[in-house]
Amino acid sequence: MINTIKNIFSLGVFKDNPVFRQILGICSALAVTNLLMNSVFMGLGLIFVTALSSLTVSILRKYTPKHIRMMVQTLIISAYVIIVDIVLKAYFPAMSEALGPYVGLIITNCIIMGRCEVFAQNNPPFTSFIDGVASGSGYALVLLVIAFFRELLGFGSLFGINVLGENWVNWVFMIMPPGAFFMLGVIIWLANTYIPTKDGKAPAAGGGN
Amino acid sequence: MPDINPFVIFMASIFTNNMILANFLGMCSFIAVSKEIKTAWGLGQAVTFVLTGTSIINYLIYHYVLVPFNLEYLRFIVFIILIAAFVQLVEMIVERYLPTLYYSLGIFLPLITVNCAILGVSLFMIIRQYSLIQSAAFGVGSGIGWTLAIVALAGIRQKIKNAPIPKGLEGAGITLIITGLMALAFIGFSGIVSVQ
Repeated sequence: MINTIKNIFSLGVFKDNPVFRQILGICSALAVTNLLMNSVFMGLGLIFVTALSSLTVSILRKYTPKHIRMMVQTLIISAYVIIVDIVLKAYFPAMSEALGPYVGLIITNCIIMGRCEVFAQNNPPFTSFIDGVASGSGYALVLLVIAFFRELLGFGSLFGINVLGENWVNWVFMIMPPGAFFMLGVIIWLANTYIPTKDGKAPAAGGGN
Repeated sequence: MPDINPFVIFMASIFTNNMILANFLGMCSFIAVSKEIKTAWGLGQAVTFVLTGTSIINYLIYHYVLVPFNLEYLRFIVFIILIAAFVQLVEMIVERYLPTLYYSLGIFLPLITVNCAILGVSLFMIIRQYSLIQSAAFGVGSGIGWTLAIVALAGIRQKIKNAPIPKGLEGAGITLIITGLMALAFIGFSGIVSVQ
């Protein structure tokens, strides 16, 4: 059991990481990473939604007719995203404002749908839940790495606290969209070079959906 | 309600506030379906078409059904269902009456339901409190902007097909770097119009 969990985590976080390996869910990975704090909230939100949607889909998998399963999955995901949205609005209004439409866009984040379709549909609830947490964590990890560099270089600060001192000249470029694209491109490059793939072979070129 | 000329919104959503290059929406299909100009163009057309329709429908449903009943918090579910239903409907109508168009768009239509740009436009127009005309202009403009970006990227990718790219950077990596360069180029437009 422990081994299964360890295995799922090593796949979800590193070897089969949703962002840099499967190229999923990068819309929000790029949009919210200009500040570390935004990324923390986005990551937590995504872990919550992925884990619970996988759990729910897995529990309902025997009762869901095959041909309407996509619709059912979408509804389950939307329900959890609404919870995240309401909680953010109620307790962290500033954060809700900063993330704007990207909270709602968790629904169309392909990671969640992908895990529901590929994993939760064929596995028991507990493992599906763990798988959701693992994939969500893999996503959150990449977000934090990107946000770390973008905030550090773009604002000279981490979590809003100035760390590079007064003389640091902000790289405005890093906060703008091109900075995000370059950062993710470089991370994919490094990951493909240094992190082994699932079957130990060189990573396949070309992004899937 | 912001008092912006719909034409300004239209131009801004193509150039300065481009869905992909400034808001990162619709990235998944942007990277996956940009290997050939022809398919990119087909997907772009389908996205523009669906965006125009859904931005108007979602606007009407939100302001005339959800707001009067205080059900704004249900907007995510309602929007995604309306988008899925609209895509399905368009697919059936196009298949029945415009078979040639169906063969060029056909395979792309189902993909569009999960394209974040579609839901993103609906959410943005609510947050920015656009009027009906402004929302429609925003929808069409965003679709055209998205098409422009994906066709341009596909063109570049076809050109560099045989270029010697470092091993780890092949595929998604280099595509993102190219997108970054395109985004840089589009920043040059930012003097024309700006809408936030």
